[in-house]
This record gives sequence, structure tokens and C-alpha cells, in this order.
Amino acid sequence: MAEALRQTPLHSLHLALGARLGPFAGYDMPIQYAAGVLKEHLHARSAAGLFDVSHMGQVRLTARSGNYGDLARAVEALVPVDLLRLAPGRQRYGFLTCENGGIFDDLMIARYGDALLVVCNAARKASDEALLRARLSSVCEIATLDRALFALQGPRAGEVLSHLAPEVHDMRFMDAREAMICVAPSYVTRSGYTGEDGFEISVPVAKAEEIAKALLAAEGVAPVGLGARDSLRLEAGLCLYGADLDEATTPVEAGLSWAIPQVRRRGGARAGGFPGEATILGELETGPRRRRVGLTPQGRAPVRAGAAIFAAETDAAPIGRVTSGGFSPSLDAPISIGYLPALLAKPGTCVFLELRGQKIPAEVVALPFVSHHYRRA
Amino acid sequence: MLKYTADHEWLKREGDVVTVGITDHAAETLGDLVFVQLPEVGARFKTGDGAAVVESVKAASDVFAPLEGEIVEVNGAIVEDPGLVNREPQAAGWFFKLKPADPSAFDALLDEDAYRATLG
Repeated sequence: MAEALRQTPLHSLHLALGARLGPFAGYDMPIQYAAGVLKEHLHARSAAGLFDVSHMGQVRLTARSGNYGDLARAVEALVPVDLLRLAPGRQRYGFLTCENGGIFDDLMIARYGDALLVVCNAARKASDEALLRARLSSVCEIATLDRALFALQGPRAGEVLSHLAPEVHDMRFMDAREAMICVAPSYVTRSGYTGEDGFEISVPVAKAEEIAKALLAAEGVAPVGLGARDSLRLEAGLCLYGADLDEATTPVEAGLSWAIPQVRRRGGARAGGFPGEATILGELETGPRRRRVGLTPQGRAPVRAGAAIFAAETDAAPIGRVTSGGFSPSLDAPISIGYLPALLAKPGTCVFLELRGQKIPAEVVALPFVSHHYRRA
Repeated sequence: MLKYTADHEWLKREGDVVTVGITDHAAETLGDLVFVQLPEVGARFKTGDGAAVVESVKAASDVFAPLEGEIVEVNGAIVEDPGLVNREPQAAGWFFKLKPADPSAFDALLDEDAYRATLG
């Protein structure tokens, strides 16, 4: 018998808004609302979309010693980023690595005072927390936060959130700030999963519905479901763990080397010291065997995850696989992400994607498909 | 008069040709369509063969031949604009017209009440 799906704090609100719910990572989540995936997607790119991502994991880490340096060093032993020099009020993207150099999960790590708030994928949060507890408990206090999490994304997100919380007005991309929203202490980062300017907002469960309603009442804000969240991140060239990233894929193959700073690479002051360092640092120097690429199939049919990729139309043996694929509302065309041997992973290369028994020509393109609009300056 | 299948197709008979599309319920369940692949004119199908493919944002679905027969016309408008199926699934969003091998088989299909009953 299937276990009942978990619900987020906004479950009743989703029903009231006419959401079509579906299971995702053990939760009953809004896949779309009445507007539909295409309209919701385009709305997030032109105005502001509100997403309920409360299913994701939120974990707070502090050093038992009270010394931030101890916390930073402990977490750096699991994640190849620079946390020692992460200033309070800033966030980094990173990943837990495996002994084989693969990725255990990708996550966001934000520093508030001397604490770190980690946001991780819903499907991995139980595993992530078990890993963190197993490896960090002696040095760190680890608290699973029971809070709601929203994303507000789009060109109007800044204006909307500033009305409710003026203190977010001058935040830059990857800033992290505590703010009061509707008299509720909230953690706000200026970041997201769509490529647009926007925020991820952690709020107390008891205030979740009130805050969501306040945001939805603002001009230009519409609710957006997980269907559009996926098409938005795909256009933005962002990875989905479990599809584009997994334990058999290194960060270098995935094109995420930019997240590994010099200080953690060979020659750096804190080189290595994380699982899989030999593989990962080796690939940073000599290059990976395969690389993540964007693909634009000819025609209008989407080519989805699992489709085989061939170098020539008459080839019998595939050279790679599509790991994410769908339809881009912004480009009005199908787009896919996949992995190819490094030598073929150059924009402009023509390959063939298998779809319903046929080989469809496709072009390798640089990511993202749709430019990012982060507020950097 | 309209007939239906349990696979959410509707059929309208006009002389010896039957027009086929998908129902409001099917279009609603599929969500926004982004791609439609129609059969070739002249193609022959047995009842239950996959005759057309639709792709929504999330997934592909088959549209089945509700009767054995030959395709005599296809609706290019929905290939150009898959959203037309969502907007007018039981009117301008029709898929194809077929000439049934056995015209009397049409009568054995579900009428509207019987179809609605399958929706639960």
C-alpha cells in the first residue's frame, strides 16, 4: 500500500487556487494552476511567479565551539567550496561529493551570522541530513528546520518583495538577509532556479499562508507550479539532481567547475580535502571524458530524458544520452540537456537524437538557452 | 451525433467519413500541448492502433484509431498550433477524418452518457 503523500503548509491554498496536484518527492505538489504550464512559465519571465518549494530540505548548521571557522572547515570537508571566506549575508552554490567524484546532491549554503542554512533537494534531503549528521555531529549542531520555503521569481520580484520587506530592496544576487515579512522572521536570499532575478524566502509554517496570500495579492504576482519550474530551469540551463546530476556524474562533467574556487583546487591553500578529490581535481586539470551540453532538436517535438544520442544518423551505438528535455515556451521550440564525449561537446556540432524510432538531427548549443537576469550590480 | 471511446476520443459521422478528436476531459488532463504528430493521409489502422501522438509540456500521449479504417484527411491547423486542441478540442481542434472499414461499428461506441460515466 502506498504511503500517504506529505503536504506543504500551503496545501489548502493550492486547492483554493485551483491547482492540479501531483506527487513529487513524496509530497502532493501543485504541478500547475488554472493558467497552465505555458502561461505560468511566461508569467514568471515577464512579471513575478510565486512557487511553493516547501518540500525542499532546510538545515541549520552551527559550530558546537561557537567558532564559525570550525563550522566552515567541517563543512568544507564535504563540499568543495570556500566557506571560510563566505561573509555573513552571502550564499554559495555547492555540492556534496562522493568518493568516486560523483555528486551526492547539489545545494545552496547561506551564512547568517555564524550559522549556515543549507537548502537541498526534496528527493535527497533525508540522505543529505543523514550524511551531514554522520560526518559533522561531533563538530556541529545540525537542526532540520520545519519552515515553509517560497520562491518569488521574475523582473517584478524585487519591487513586490520590497513593498512587504523594504530591507530586501538593495540585495544583490546571492545575498542572504534576515527580514521581517508580515511580522514573521524570514530568511531571504536573492537567488533562484529560473534564471530570473528573484528570491527564495524561508518563513515560519504558521505564517506561510498569510505571507503567500500577501505576495499573491501584489500586482503582477501569479502562482506557478512545478511544471513551469522545470521548464524555466531547463531554459536557464540549470541542472536537476536525479536527471542531469547523480552519483555517477562529476561536477566537472556537469559544467559546474565554476563553483569550485581556486583555494580548493591544486595549488590552493585548502586544496582537496573533500570526497572524490583525486578524480575531481584531476579532471579540472586534464579535462573530463564527457561534458554536459545544450541540444536543440530540429522540428517541434520535445526529446526527453533517456533519449539516446548518436554521432551519425546510421550509427547503431549511441555516444551519449539526453538527461533533461522538454519544450521551451520562451523560444517556442524543443530544448534538451545531455552528455556527450568531450570532443563532440562543442557548440555547432550536429548529432542525432532518437525519438520514437527515428533519429532527429540536433545541434549542440551553449547553455543557457535563455539568458540569465541576475541582479549583480 | 457524437460517439466516444473509453480512451477519450470523440467521433462525428458525416456520411461515410468519421471525424475524430480528443475530448474536453482529455485536453484538460493533458494540459498545454506543444506538439502534434498526425498520420499520413492514406494510412490504414486497426481499432486501437496508435494513430497520432501529442506532446504536452510534460509527456507524450498516443491518440488511438477508434475504428478500423483509412485516414482520408488530417487537420494541419493543430500541427501549426497545438494550443488549438486545448482551446477547441471538440471543434476546430479535430485530429483526422477516417473512412471506417465497417460503418456499423460506429453505432457500438459509447454515447455521451456512457462516456461521462467512465469519467467517474
